[in-house]
Amino acid sequence: MSRVADVIAARKAAGSGALVGYLPVGFPDLATSVEAAVALVENGVDVIELGIPYSDPVMDGPVIQAATQEALARGFKLRQAFEALAAITSRVDAPVLMMTYWNPVLQFGVDRFADELVAAGGAGLITPDLIPDEAGLWLAASDRTGLDRVFLAAPSSTAARLESAVEKSRGFVYAVSTMGITGARADVDAAARGLVARLRTAGAVSTCVGIGISTPEQVREVIGYADGAIVGSQLVKALADGGVPAVAAAAARLATGK
Amino acid sequence: MALRDEIGPYFGEYGGRFVPESLIEALDELDAAYQAARVDPSFTAELAQLHATYTGRPSIITEVPRFAEHAGGARVILKREDLNHTGSHKINNVLGQALVARRLGKKRLIAETGAGQHGVATATAAALFGMDCVVYMGQVDTERQALNVARMRLLGATVIPVTTGSRTLKDAINEALRDWVANVETTHYLLGTVAGPHPFPVMVRDFHKIIGEEAREQVLALTGRLPDAVTACVGGGSNAMGIFHAFLDDPSVALYGYEAAGEGHLTERHAATITRGRPGVLHGARSYLLQDEDGQTVESHSISAGLDYPGVGPEHAWLSDIGRASYLPITDDEAMQALRLLSRTEGIIPAIESAHALAGTLKLGRELGPEAVILVNLSGRGDKDMETAGKYFDILDADALAAEDRAPADPLGSTELGVER
Repeated sequence: MSRVADVIAARKAAGSGALVGYLPVGFPDLATSVEAAVALVENGVDVIELGIPYSDPVMDGPVIQAATQEALARGFKLRQAFEALAAITSRVDAPVLMMTYWNPVLQFGVDRFADELVAAGGAGLITPDLIPDEAGLWLAASDRTGLDRVFLAAPSSTAARLESAVEKSRGFVYAVSTMGITGARADVDAAARGLVARLRTAGAVSTCVGIGISTPEQVREVIGYADGAIVGSQLVKALADGGVPAVAAAAARLATGK
Repeated sequence: MALRDEIGPYFGEYGGRFVPESLIEALDELDAAYQAARVDPSFTAELAQLHATYTGRPSIITEVPRFAEHAGGARVILKREDLNHTGSHKINNVLGQALVARRLGKKRLIAETGAGQHGVATATAAALFGMDCVVYMGQVDTERQALNVARMRLLGATVIPVTTGSRTLKDAINEALRDWVANVETTHYLLGTVAGPHPFPVMVRDFHKIIGEEAREQVLALTGRLPDAVTACVGGGSNAMGIFHAFLDDPSVALYGYEAAGEGHLTERHAATITRGRPGVLHGARSYLLQDEDGQTVESHSISAGLDYPGVGPEHAWLSDIGRASYLPITDDEAMQALRLLSRTEGIIPAIESAHALAGTLKLGRELGPEAVILVNLSGRGDKDMETAGKYFDILDADALAAEDRAPADPLGSTELGVER
């Protein structure tokens, strides 16, 4: 059972695919980040990816780095992520996954983190620097709580590693479209299409593509072959430039690609 | 099992691979190439030939009796990695990894650097092998190690000042990892210390263990016995692992790693990772790190750019936990006083990094007494630190400095590849 997988499956059954929207918690401030996340859902985003600011975000490009660094500079504390999550899930039905680098979870305590996530209505975790091979504690905690766990698959991953990512993931598998970090790109790599096909061969039934997607056209193209499209930097940039109204407009525009 | 036989990916509960999936294939490829190379006689012969004709190995040992008078009269013997080509131990690892990169068909080397020593060594290897080279360096470090920035540029490397986070070594590693994720097909990330994801900690250690292997024989030949203690400075910990490794299974030899305590390990301005940190995950490995209660990495502070790092290699974390090696803090001032003492008593100007080991040795010698033999890894020379030392001891010529400030020239000697300052 996975609420995220159910939402994605429902979008597929409707002849489309899911739009997954990323925003960091605490940017530009805690209250605004809650409003922005709610605005995503009100404007067509199906699944929220709520990012936890971290001091050393090696998978993130300049836009998300700048936002999360600002959140930390303003004194963001991990505890506030659960407060924001609870506030968001009390207002929207869309499932909310947290995206977090591994050390904050490790320091908070993996089981304690899972319990807090459940209590705040969270759906699970996306873990960009945790591979299934190192995820023993999280596999156990997510099995105990029923939380989703989204692992990444890359164009460079071997067939055996894709099988592992598919087997261990719940909710969806995060297909990294291109070899690189987050940020808008003019062309979403052709490698994404091949990767999704290889993931299907490996048994994936729910695959979302992320990294580099910033336009409705790219969303449309991606959900032509995958189950969902993940947009991050474009939404963060809109929020940074024009606040909640701008991020709402950006989400609505992206949703026209569904 | 002998302690020397540990080959990762885990050292006790430390090490591993906490990196994005995009890098796993490259790490596997690197591991396979390294495992093949280390048992390939043509590889080891080529590396040995380079060390003999380019690095200047074996590096000598120097006994320093006038310095030792201040260390309780113990015999103090320096392993002179400062005399290596490029001025530090860093070249040992760089030549080894560059040869592995060449076997992998990679034509572009990227590296992080703190003090600039590893960046200079990488730029040197890139020049030697005709490879492209990009070095990421925290903006703070480009300013306090301007001379090394110029050296890297002269060698043909592109130096990119990193302006995110604390703008020091840890952020340079983040930026290098981001570059590697995007360019992994053509690029080898030539990581400069015994940290990072497997196989870096074991591979970097193996390329440096020649330090201890040579020194063990040299000390035996000089004194007829093993040293009572081996000392080294520890930032990420590559020079320390290099000299410790040969002695790991000699129980009579105590091992001491000296961490940078900055303004004091009980203040908030230090880089004493094992002394004050706790286990966590940073830069691809589980090890000790300086972090707050939320697991956010805390900025480190040290007068020595090469030790200004909030993490430490996983093998050191393990050696500390099992009690095989001791890790102790040395303040900025203790290191600077030791730097001056060695300069004045022996005519050897050490790197500020290495001066931490010397300061620790002064204390240790007084504890162990005149019968003791202490082997110190003098991991680098102090040429790069003259501006810092000059200011610290107020021995720069004020009039000359003022004249230089009036001159319009960019002190970094910017080229078209110049940094924004």
